[in-house]
Amino acid sequence: MSDILNLSALGLRDAIAAGEVSAAEATRDYLDAIEAMDKKVCAYNEIFAERAMGRAEEIDKKRSAGKTLGALAGVPVAVKDNICTSFGRTSCSSKILENFHAPYDATVAGKLESAGAIILGKTNMDEFAMGSSTENSAFNATRNPWDTSHVPGGSSGGSAAAVAARMCAAAVGSDTGGSIRQPAAFCGVVGLKPTYGRVSRYGLVAFGSSLDQIGPLARDVADSALLLGAIAGHDTHDSTSIDRPVPEYLASLDKPVEKLRVGLVKEFHSESLDDEIRAAVDKAVKIYRDAGAEIIEVSLPHSRVDTDEGGQLSSYAVACYYLVATAEASSNLARYDGVHYGHRTADKVGDIIELYSRSRAEGFGDEVKRRIMLGTYALSSGYYDAYYLKALKVRRLIKNDFDKAFENCDVLLCPVAPETAFKIGEKTADPLTMYLSDIYTISVNLAGIPGVSIPAGLSESGLPLAVQLLGNVFAEETLLRAARMYEMASGITRLTPEIVKEN
Amino acid sequence: MTKPDNTQPVIGLEIHVELATETKMFCRCANRFGDPPNTHTCPVCIGMPGSLPVMNKKAVEYSMKVGMALNCTVPEFTKWDRKSYYYPDLPKNYQISQYDLPLTIDGHLDIPLTGGQTKRIGITRAHLEEDAGKNVHDFPAHTGVDLNRAGVPLLEIVTEPHLRSVEEVMSFARAMHRLVRWLGVSQANMEMGQMRFEPNISLWVGDPEKVFDESAGYFTPIFEVKNLNSFRSLERTCQWVIDYHQARIAEKGRGWSLADVGKQNWGFRDDLNACEFQRGKEEAHDYRYFPEPDLAPVVVDDAWRERIAKQIGELPIARKARYLDKYKISEKEADALTLDSPTGDLLDAAVAAGAEAKRCVNLMLGKGASIANERGCRIAEIRITPEQLAELAKMLAGGKVNATAADKIFAKMVETGDTPGKIAEAEGLLAIFDAGKIGEWVDQAIAKNPQAVEDVRAGGKKQKKAFGFLTGQVMQLSGGAATPAQVQKLLHEKLGG
Amino acid sequence: MTEKKIDRKLIRHIALLARIEMTDEQAETLGRQFAGIVAYMDKLGELDTDGVEPMAHALDVRNVLAEDTPGRSLPVEQAMANAPARDGGFYKVPKVIGDSQ
Ligand SMILES: [Mg+2]
Ligand SMILES: [Zn+2]
Repeated sequence: MSDILNLSALGLRDAIAAGEVSAAEATRDYLDAIEAMDKKVCAYNEIFAERAMGRAEEIDKKRSAGKTLGALAGVPVAVKDNICTSFGRTSCSSKILENFHAPYDATVAGKLESAGAIILGKTNMDEFAMGSSTENSAFNATRNPWDTSHVPGGSSGGSAAAVAARMCAAAVGSDTGGSIRQPAAFCGVVGLKPTYGRVSRYGLVAFGSSLDQIGPLARDVADSALLLGAIAGHDTHDSTSIDRPVPEYLASLDKPVEKLRVGLVKEFHSESLDDEIRAAVDKAVKIYRDAGAEIIEVSLPHSRVDTDEGGQLSSYAVACYYLVATAEASSNLARYDGVHYGHRTADKVGDIIELYSRSRAEGFGDEVKRRIMLGTYALSSGYYDAYYLKALKVRRLIKNDFDKAFENCDVLLCPVAPETAFKIGEKTADPLTMYLSDIYTISVNLAGIPGVSIPAGLSESGLPLAVQLLGNVFAEETLLRAARMYEMASGITRLTPEIVKEN
Repeated sequence: MTKPDNTQPVIGLEIHVELATETKMFCRCANRFGDPPNTHTCPVCIGMPGSLPVMNKKAVEYSMKVGMALNCTVPEFTKWDRKSYYYPDLPKNYQISQYDLPLTIDGHLDIPLTGGQTKRIGITRAHLEEDAGKNVHDFPAHTGVDLNRAGVPLLEIVTEPHLRSVEEVMSFARAMHRLVRWLGVSQANMEMGQMRFEPNISLWVGDPEKVFDESAGYFTPIFEVKNLNSFRSLERTCQWVIDYHQARIAEKGRGWSLADVGKQNWGFRDDLNACEFQRGKEEAHDYRYFPEPDLAPVVVDDAWRERIAKQIGELPIARKARYLDKYKISEKEADALTLDSPTGDLLDAAVAAGAEAKRCVNLMLGKGASIANERGCRIAEIRITPEQLAELAKMLAGGKVNATAADKIFAKMVETGDTPGKIAEAEGLLAIFDAGKIGEWVDQAIAKNPQAVEDVRAGGKKQKKAFGFLTGQVMQLSGGAATPAQVQKLLHEKLGG
Repeated sequence: MTEKKIDRKLIRHIALLARIEMTDEQAETLGRQFAGIVAYMDKLGELDTDGVEPMAHALDVRNVLAEDTPGRSLPVEQAMANAPARDGGFYKVPKVIGDSQ
């Protein structure tokens, strides 16, 4: 592995600014790493080698001309394939958009490029971000770089695997119910879901519009702060984005939060939790206590996880989430009908209904169909009140629990996922089991608050462990500082899988 | 069996009005009709993946304006919903609309009926939504889709079922058409689909004094007829459906009821001048309305409400009543002057400048209307100031010019922008008071028309007509410069008569 | 929570609303999975939500309005570059009746 690949995004940015490394060298090294590694990991759907080299050379020219460089000048990054770019394809890992070329850039893609980042390619994902393993891609299942027989998590599995396997300096993904944090946990990287409205959704292909949020996947907390600073901010093209100044996340990062109050989520620290993960959370409690923080037990009753006699997990939050998310998805995905863009059946059809129904049947995978059906059902006449409306009310109760918890706490501490990365194929047969992978992450999206997944070492079997910190709305600054405290004290950072060392 | 004459039409209307904003409802593409297909589209109005709507403030304010003019309440809180159905002119396959919390609710419009009475028609709501694109059916084997119209702001006004006859429906439709144009929120050009009607028509069979009282009668099925884009097709549809219901009642009696048959969608066929069945209730849509997550709700405070209220001013019905009362003009004239507000404003300003109302009205609806007609614009838009109009009206009243000359001056005034006094002088159109010159023309006319002269002198039946003829001849010889009074005086002197 | 059974007829009805064609076998499988998922969703019925305000948005944002000032549209060729079928400047679809409104 070249030294360049070993640098953090921040380190690389500074090295380029100082003239120690050129953006072209860095980009070339990353493209070579992708060439060597992605056969095994399958993190990318598409690579923009030529374009990336061109952009890198422009950065180098700018630097030698003495012009001011952006916050990410020369840093090679990866973008999840549900974020529109005016170059290449935006497929959402779906056959229905296999050949879709967006005529515009997502606000986030534009912001990354104007900060000088080099977009290397688009990363694989569960189709339309529906899944927790990146097995639901219509093209390829991404592998976990720590053990290629395991999943990288999902739906931003491609972005998480690319960061872990050093195939980009950092990446962006999207998180609707845990889709940044869970793959980050599975791949041993830092994954941040910002407050709803902090980062523009314009150009992010919608899954659950009231839940979706773009965020960074990075090797350490500082890189997360760097990326968030570059992509956050108000956007007049997104009516749900918030007009509020973006703090200098990096500037205050190394300052420990004084009199930090850490809430330990009682309901998430239950029997059903994997022993090693529970130990990781306990260790984090100790680290914070040692750092002088106050540990407060808090309760999120409506996000509670129950285990029935058969050992089956259940949660109101999961039920609530799957109703809200699928209802919105059924509507968001109605537009893929083979009329204005996207896949259209090649069969001769009798009428427009057949054109729609056949094109959609051919274009969508099973999980997407299942969720569209579920959402359509939840909204249909006769079921709306019992399902969709009920879910919106439960959502309020879940949010109220968080509001109450944050009256006494600065951050909340809990696991990310109930287990470490599972084996490929292990959960594909039973959709409900797969949905339960998000049991600790989805309430965060329902409440709209920020959350970050931080590496917590490795399990006995050599797979990454992680803990999750949650903040109040727009408290990313505190959240990142608290995460940085943990990272410093634990010494766990920039974990490197064997596959990279071998390379 | 119930006698078909014991029936009462019960009709409600939905009216779709395209608002005349510069840009579309949720993107900043031009809101423009008639350009080549798909030339005003963007990721938002094509419904492309990742695009998001941002609402047009002007469209919201135009809707408030209409709602307030319809005496509606503008609630503090209003929100957006998605209405789902698949059609190729609806790119997202849902329409952003308003379901349970519309922008304006609970109003009324007083409509004029023959005989000078008015009737109050309840307005249930007026909500804002986005228009669909256009399906073009000119191709033999397929349909073409143009999205230029997709996303244009559309106001949907819904009435209570208060209309009881075709006459009431038409009076309401015309009043609504006039109102939206009056407020300047829509061109409401029906040929262009900028105003579309959807009547819901049923007959109450039973005591017409007790409509809705189940012990006193029952309803026939409700027919909903979509997309009527002319007054003629609206009128024809209502009459056709009423006749159809009458025939079914005669044939099926109580079996032809809302309870048994339900609600049906019918369409009007221009070529057949009749309606045809589209679908019944069992095929009804399930629109799956739910709150639009991409748009923030709108909260209207008193200050905003007041700002809009101030923009409304006097409404056409009130203005018409004032004209009839104060200006003593005919019903027809008052109607013509209240088609839009700037035309009436011109009249009011000229009267305020001291002119006689009736003379101003004659000028405006005479030469003024004919010029406006030629240009295809409103009378107020032919470019004439209240001062010019007032001066010309005063010249007429004072006998300084005659009507023919006034028309010439009017035309010149529109062309050059000069004052009427200046034009009259320059063009030699001031009335000639020189009796000698007029005398010459009178003599010429007498010499040329012996038969008419004889008729005048003979008296009797033909006298009046012949006298008028000679007056006309003299006027013509004078090129319009003489006044009829002068001419008549001289003719009397010379012929007796 | 609801009395209505998840049978093939219901699945077919939902599939039509969602415009997804499916074979009988697919409908069968989906019906089975659906029953399990829906039973799970029914758990929400345990919670008392009387008087709870439904929460449709994550944050309370209000009055996000844009001025009525024209912006850029796409050139036709770019707008329609992804169209699966065209007739000149129109998107091409099988014959339909009328407009949707
Ligand atoms: Mg409507
Ligand atoms: Zn547009």
